[in-house]
Amino acid sequence: MEIIPFFSIILFLSSPKNPFLDHTHTHHSGKLEISFMEFGATSRKKNKMVNGNQKFRTEITALVVDDDTTNRTIHRRLLQNLGIENQEVRNGKEAIDIHSSGRNFDLILMDMDMPIMNGIEATKQLRAMGIRSTIVGVSTRSMEEKVQEFMEAGLDDYQEKPLTSAKLISILHKMNHNGSV
Amino acid sequence: MLGLGADRLRADMNRLLALLFHQGVLDEQFLQLQQLQDESSPNFVSEVVNIYFHESEKLLRNLRGLLMDREFTDYKKMGIHLNQFMGSSSSIGAKRVRNVCVAFRAASEQNNRAGCLRALELLEHEYCYLKNKMHELFQLEQQRLLAAGVRYPMQN
Repeated sequence: MEIIPFFSIILFLSSPKNPFLDHTHTHHSGKLEISFMEFGATSRKKNKMVNGNQKFRTEITALVVDDDTTNRTIHRRLLQNLGIENQEVRNGKEAIDIHSSGRNFDLILMDMDMPIMNGIEATKQLRAMGIRSTIVGVSTRSMEEKVQEFMEAGLDDYQEKPLTSAKLISILHKMNHNGSV
Repeated sequence: MLGLGADRLRADMNRLLALLFHQGVLDEQFLQLQQLQDESSPNFVSEVVNIYFHESEKLLRNLRGLLMDREFTDYKKMGIHLNQFMGSSSSIGAKRVRNVCVAFRAASEQNNRAGCLRALELLEHEYCYLKNKMHELFQLEQQRLLAAGVRYPMQN
């Protein structure tokens, strides 16, 4: 599996000089100014380098499991931006079904609270099916016992919402480090 | 002349954004959305925010429907709606809306109906404010693009 482009993305996006990591909060004479459009213009220029559709494409595939359309849209765009081919499903049962149909993914972003089948149950079932993908729980829940229950279901990692590029990169780092890709 | 119009509109947008950040209406997560917008997806922010509005209005109707029911006891269902609202609000950087959801969820976990009603009113108020400001922002952006697009006079 060719993973050189993947490392290039990681190095670029982790670099302190990466404009994406500059949120352009600058202070002038004590006032907060955000260079909204300048940042947008810069990111549009720079994005040509990291837009997975144009230049880089990793070999990683991902599945977004979330009942909320807003979250699915953002998470998919974050993945796409890193050159990760991805699909979405709306609840735990659909996640099971897509795996039962023979599809497999390197990374699964699993929401906790979903109708029909929640993330905890879906994770347990996927592991029982022998799915060894990296499963990362993504939720608003911060209560230790709930997170613990989610981890014990078979997660590799847990991230509190909102998901950001930085959190996704740390997930990918761990995936690569653990050799699970 | 038209270039100056675009610059003025950009300054207006920056001021509005700065105000919303200062008021705590938005947080850094909104900037994450900006970073995801590019030539391949030039309207990403407005598209996502409009999806958020559409979904949020359904959630608000559900919450109000539950609480207006005199026989209401299903706090668990309320919790489900609130978790979803919290998650999507935090994903777009709607900080104040998210914080009200946290307080609302706490009242719901205590089966505190009066507290839930108060939280719902506050939530509707915060959501309304956010929506109006976002529409203002997107309108300024549209005007700025129009002004920036007509930069040179037509040649005969």
